[in-house]
Formats: sequence, structure tokens, C-alpha cells
Amino acid sequence: MQSDIRSKSVFVGLTFLALAAYPLVAGNFGVDLVTKIMVYAIFALSLELLVGGTGLVCFGHAAFFGIGAYATVLLSPQNDPGSALLLLPAAIVAAGVYALAVGSLSLRTKGVYFIMVTLAFAQMAYYVVHDTPLGGGTDGIYLNFKPVAGPLDLDGPLTLYFFTLAVLVAVFGFLALISRSRFGRALAGIRVNEQRMRATGFATYPYKLAAFTLSGSLAGLAGFLFAVKDGYVNPEMLSWHLSGSVLIMIILGGIGHLRGALIGAFAFALLQEFFKSEAIFGAFAKHWHLGLGLTIIASVALLPRGLVGVPGQLKERLVGRSSRRAETSEAQDDLA
Amino acid sequence: MDLAIFLIQCLNSLQYGLLLFLVASGLTLIFGIMGVINLAHGSFYMIGAYMAYALAPVVGATFGGGFFATLFVGLVLSVVLGYVLEWAFYSYLYEREHLQQVLMTYGLILVFEELRSLTVGDDVHGVKAPEILAGTIALGDTMTYPVYRLFISGVCLLLALGMYIVFTRTRLGMMIRAGSTNREMVQSLGIDIQFLYRVVFAAGVAIAVLAGMVAAPVSSVYPNMGGQVLIICFVVVVIGGIGSIRGALLAALLIGFVDTFGKVLLPQAAGVLVYVLMALILLWKPDGLFKAG
Repeated sequence: MQSDIRSKSVFVGLTFLALAAYPLVAGNFGVDLVTKIMVYAIFALSLELLVGGTGLVCFGHAAFFGIGAYATVLLSPQNDPGSALLLLPAAIVAAGVYALAVGSLSLRTKGVYFIMVTLAFAQMAYYVVHDTPLGGGTDGIYLNFKPVAGPLDLDGPLTLYFFTLAVLVAVFGFLALISRSRFGRALAGIRVNEQRMRATGFATYPYKLAAFTLSGSLAGLAGFLFAVKDGYVNPEMLSWHLSGSVLIMIILGGIGHLRGALIGAFAFALLQEFFKSEAIFGAFAKHWHLGLGLTIIASVALLPRGLVGVPGQLKERLVGRSSRRAETSEAQDDLA
Repeated sequence: MDLAIFLIQCLNSLQYGLLLFLVASGLTLIFGIMGVINLAHGSFYMIGAYMAYALAPVVGATFGGGFFATLFVGLVLSVVLGYVLEWAFYSYLYEREHLQQVLMTYGLILVFEELRSLTVGDDVHGVKAPEILAGTIALGDTMTYPVYRLFISGVCLLLALGMYIVFTRTRLGMMIRAGSTNREMVQSLGIDIQFLYRVVFAAGVAIAVLAGMVAAPVSSVYPNMGGQVLIICFVVVVIGGIGSIRGALLAALLIGFVDTFGKVLLPQAAGVLVYVLMALILLWKPDGLFKAG
């Protein structure tokens, strides 16, 4: 068990080191792509706190992501760069306030009903942005000047890359600490058996609401980074397609593990890039959904615990085989 | 709003609601009876609409054509499709967690959309209503109403009635209802539950495909039409209470009226109304209107 935990932290540490070293070997395209994936990873981590940590499946997480992004753009000054030190907290608070409101209502429902109510609230936010002049309508709005964070100008791709990496590491560490805290244990208890948690004297509702708000706020943080990266926001950032994609990421990676969200975000985005690549698939690349879809179906069939479960599955298979071999050799010994 | 317009909007609401009911009924059956969250259900609607477009010339060449012949061929194909899909993919999902089902059926959506794109292309198409139903009837002095829309409502009502009779009056319906309550018990009574599930699934697919086919002349045929329908149908299923056919019917009609009249009376807020309605209903009744046992 101890060595298991160590190997996990080694894996995560090596991943972050590799990400830190990556710009040394990558071109502009690679840096931009991995920045985007890291933003998705932060977004996926925020959802993992709810789905894996608390057992609440939210199907409207893009709303918080999009609200964070829109808050960033709408609060930026028109003619000069805003301060990330103000805009970042503003994005987090904006998403967090909406999450608090949505959570306080939707947590009255359970299971599939909860999934659908979170979707409903996300669709409301989507239509507000989509149909009113507030958010620039379907065209979206441009961010004229990217914000600066003290001495750091987030307009530079490398600066933004390392800023995003730092945020990713911080969010990962924060969530890892939470899962080991009393609060995190309580959430895990709610996931496993909410009835019993209540019987042991926990008022579960405030815990769930706190997790929901925190998760929404972190999604807003990811939205801030996305808006800064692209310099542009549009209503599709709040659409249920994105809520679905981020859910797919964490399921693909493996629910119940923080590194599952990390792995899932990378796997999902890289699979997309792979199947979109014209160098490999030529003219067929425009039908990239087909390859992605088949891969997802295969992963459900072959990897019931997600990508995180792959080493365990391999180990079981190896152990199973060697123990079977031991049995047969014993049987042969008996014969002899 | 004068009476004729009001009447027309009522008929439109009815037609839209009944159509939603057809797709949602399959979704709620598959979810309530087999416990599978089937995101790909919207794709069956899409497949139906594209069948109405793409099969018509083929059927015309082999059987001499006609809208109803196309409908029949599409229906047969969809039953086969549903049967094969259940056998190849869905039967593995019963024991899995809901999120694994979400993942696989999401993968299926992507595959269906691309297969559609590969075989029929990405263009928007119109489908002609059959000659006999192409006319209009007069409402009041100046208004008319297309017969075809009445035909859609009629087909939907017939199917709804048929489903009701099968469920409440036949041996098959009894077995299905029993199977949804206690799978093991039904199995130990010697009923082939596997086959039963396959039949229910194939029926669900066929109904969604049929809905897509009859809707094609009204809604036209376009890529990703399945996604739109899927989300709205989930709203219907949840408002009605999961697994409840009666609830689905009521919820579908409710959504049909709210959406249609919303577009007329409050065009700025039309998109959001349905979701506000769902949120309100679920906050009032957290298990939907009619929760099945």
C-alpha cells in the first residue's frame, strides 16, 4: 500500500516535470496545444472533485467554465491590459457565486435528476449568453488585451504555458490535500453512503454545497485561463457539448482518482489530435469522430476502470498467469 | 392573438409534443426497464430522418416507391438495427456503472454521426410530404393548416395507444413490467429476459426511427439533429419521472406547449423556458411528476 502511494506520487511528479521540460523540445504549435490541454486538465480536475470525490455527477459544468471566461473578458478594460491579479479572482468568484446558487437548489435532487437539473441551469446560462446582448450574442467577444500578472505578461505563449502549469500543479496539490482532509473524508463518506453519514451526525447538505461551489469556482479558474489563451469567448463554451466532453475525459481517465482527470484530459485531447491529423489519415482525417468514437467504445469494453486502472489490470493478469503456472507446476510435482 | 392563430399554435404544440413523446418513450423504457442511460437515442431519431431522405429513391427503384413503402422498409431496418445493437453493444452495459454507459453511448453517437457523414454527407436536405397528405385544411376564413402535421399527430397518438395496450393488456407487457421490477425473479420463472430486453430495445429504436422518419418532411434533415432531440427528450423523461410512460406523455405535451407558445409570445426567452420549467418542476417534485415503481 505504501509503495503504491509512492509510485502514484512519482508518476504525478514525473508528469509535471515532463510538462515543465516540454517547451524545450516543442514548437509553437506544441506549446499552444499543451497549454490548452492543461486548461482542460484543470477543468477536469474541478469536476473530478464532484464526481469522483463526492459522487455527484454534474452535467452542466461548462456553465461555470464559461462564466469564468466571460467574467474575464467583460471585466477587462477596453483599451489596456487588465490585471490578472484582479481578473483571476473575479472569474473564480463569478463562477463560484453561480455554482452556489445552482448547487443550493439542485442538491435537493439526486442521481439522474441531479444530472438533469445541473444541465438545466447550464442551459439557462447558455441561453442568457447566447440570446442577450450582454455576452455579445452568438458571435462572442474578443479580449482586446491579455492581462498581466505583476511582471508577467500573459500575452507571451511561454509565459502563459508556465503560468497554466503552475495553476495546474497548485490545483492538483490543493485537491490532493482536500482529499486527505476531514472535509475530503466527509465527501468520500457521502459518496459511499450518504444515509450512514447523516446517521453518524454529519449534516451532509452543507458539505455537498461546499464541494459544489468549490468545484464551480475551480472550473471558473480554468475558464479564466481559456479566455486568456484564446483571447476570445463564445457561447459554445457554456454548451452541453463541453459539459459532456469534460465528463467523458474523467470517465476515460478513471473516476475516483485525481490523476485520472489529468490522464483523461491528455488522452482525450491527444486522441482528438491524432485522429484529426492529416499526416496520418490523409483525407479521412475529417471523419476523425469515427476513430475517436470507436476508441471510446473499445476503452469501455476493455478498460472498465478507465486508463488509471490499466497498470492494475496488467498486474492482475500477470499475477493470474504466474499463479496458474505455479499451480500447474505443483500439479506436475504431484505427478512426479 | 385571435382564435385561428391560437388554434394553429395548439395543433403545432400537440404535434411537437407527441413527436417528443415518441422519442422519449423509448428513452424512458430503456432507462426504466434496463437501467441503461442511452445517449445514442437521439442518433436513432437522426438515422430515421436520414432514412426518410436516403431510402426514398432506393425504395422507389425496387418497390415502385411511395412514402409509406419507405416508412415500412425503414421500420423493418430499424428493428434489425436495434436488435443487432442490443446484442453487440448494449447487452454488455447492464452490469456496468451508469458512467460507463454514458461513455460508451457517447462513443456510439460519434460513430453514428460519422457513418451518416460518410454515407449521406453533411448537407441539409428537405423531404417531401407524400402527395395525399400534402394539402391543407381551412381554419377560419384566412388560415390553413397542413394535413401532414395532423397526420404526424395521428400516427403518434396511434402508437401511444398501441404502447398503452401492449403494456397493460398483453402477456408481453406484463413480462416487461415484471422484468423491470425484478430481473432475477422473472428469469427464475423461466422467462427469457435476455430476449425480452432485446425486444424492448429494438422497439425503442424502431419508435425513435419512426419518429425521425415522419418528422423529416416538417423539420428537414440536418447533421447533429439527434443531439438537439436527445437533450429535450431527457428533459421530458426526467420531468415525467424515469420509467413512466404516462409521465413521458404528459411531460412531452407540456414541453410541446411551453416551447411552441414560448416562441410565439416570448421569442427572446424561448430557448430557456423549457429548462426553467424543468428546474421548477424538479425543485417542486425531485423525482419527476410520475415516478414509476
